[in-house]
Amino acid sequence: MTPSTSSLAAVTLKKDLRLEWRSKDAINAMLFFALLVVVIFSFSFDPTAEESREIAGGLIWVAFLFAAVVALNQTWARELRNDVLDAYRVSPAPPNSLFLAKVLGNFIFVSVLELVMAPLFIVFYNLRALGPSYQLLLVGALGTWALVVNGTFFAAMSLRTRSREVMLPLLLFPISIPAILAMVQATRNILTGEASAQFWIVLLGAYDVVFTIACLLLFETILQAE
Amino acid sequence: MKRLFPIFAILTAALLSYALYAALVGAPTEQTMGEVQRIFYYHVPSAWTAFLLFAINFLASIQYLVGMNPKATRVANWIAGAIAVATVLAAYLLPLPEGVRPSAVATSGIAVVGLYFLIQRFFPEQKVDVLAVTTAEVGVVFCTIVLITGPLWARPVWGIWWTWDVRLTSTLVLWLIYVSYIMLRRFSSSSQTPVLAAALAVFGALDVPLVYFSIWIFRTQHPQPVVGGGGSIDPRMLHTLLINWLAFMCFAILVCWSRYRLEVLTRDAEETAALEAMLEPRSLP
Repeated sequence: MTPSTSSLAAVTLKKDLRLEWRSKDAINAMLFFALLVVVIFSFSFDPTAEESREIAGGLIWVAFLFAAVVALNQTWARELRNDVLDAYRVSPAPPNSLFLAKVLGNFIFVSVLELVMAPLFIVFYNLRALGPSYQLLLVGALGTWALVVNGTFFAAMSLRTRSREVMLPLLLFPISIPAILAMVQATRNILTGEASAQFWIVLLGAYDVVFTIACLLLFETILQAE
Repeated sequence: MKRLFPIFAILTAALLSYALYAALVGAPTEQTMGEVQRIFYYHVPSAWTAFLLFAINFLASIQYLVGMNPKATRVANWIAGAIAVATVLAAYLLPLPEGVRPSAVATSGIAVVGLYFLIQRFFPEQKVDVLAVTTAEVGVVFCTIVLITGPLWARPVWGIWWTWDVRLTSTLVLWLIYVSYIMLRRFSSSSQTPVLAAALAVFGALDVPLVYFSIWIFRTQHPQPVVGGGGSIDPRMLHTLLINWLAFMCFAILVCWSRYRLEVLTRDAEETAALEAMLEPRSLP
């Protein structure tokens, strides 16, 4: 009897988290990268209070997006060593359990990054939400999921390309444009308190649902494509 | 088929020259915009052609993905049929936005599903992937024409080159998605490139409505569609537009045709080379 999808996903997730906890490769690279982006942005755009509130939503998400790509690129690289991915292919485990574990793992890494970087942004840009700030949590969760679900899928896709580190953002960014727009607009609306962020949150939710289903339907095909 | 190609090429050339004459001389000058409006006869037909090619690419990609599994093919055929029936029913039963005729919705639904079955009938197995490559590449060329002629027209008429309006932005995002599609095909090193590319095409098609709705919230500046929408157009202008569209479609088919043949020949040559290498392992250095 094969174990269920969720228990297999849990095992893989636990393995990934333990590996990351011991090596801290992805999280250190992401954190330092995001920190650099924040500092460079603060030189490029004058971070005075009123203006910064207008553009901060964009800055935050661009920094997270770039940092997330650093983590996403390492998702599958680990499985290529010792041909672990081939072992997954021939095992009877459902491919979607592997995919879900990887997405959840990336979701946790990027969320940790966001929780560490958000206070830094607040300090550097002197931010204070004028709208309902609890919605920022929702936007953060939905936005992160939107980035990592497609990012994990495209990372698996770019495994079989030359210069795959470059390929991932080339595939991920065009598809992510509506999600990025929604995250940035929602964050901006909440920070400035001028308009409701509801439309953008609903759009992000719809994006997440559509692409999660698409990824789960197509992942097996992509994993077996060799 | 081979003999048909030059005949079709000559016909296309004649049609293109007539369309050029009609657009530059034949059509009346627009009242407020003046001569610059004539770029419309290239802009709009290119856009229609590009969108049609991308639609064919999407249908071909789906066909390729479901074609790997006979059961999935059957399910997809049933779904396609159901979509056609549902579109026709929805067109006549549901309230439509003002200015949209039920017959137009029903016809386009049936046309898309019909196209799907036509592709299935005439492009078996690997051929459907060749069709996908061809339409994506030629589609990007036509989409580039749209994105270049648009700002050329907008500068004198709107006073700006570009605005982040819903149609402009959606077209740009569509162009970006298909450029990344072509990049993926170029960079991919495995023999499974068609599978990866087909998956990306499906993702792109899912993305387009989301892009459209997300940018819809901004005020739209692009002129409303003059054909099928609420606007009115001089019959001579409409005639010129349709002639140009026909000419551009013929040109697109011509380019796709030769690109298709080239791709088939390239793949044949690669296969032959691989077979020869297998048969004579000692001749290799």
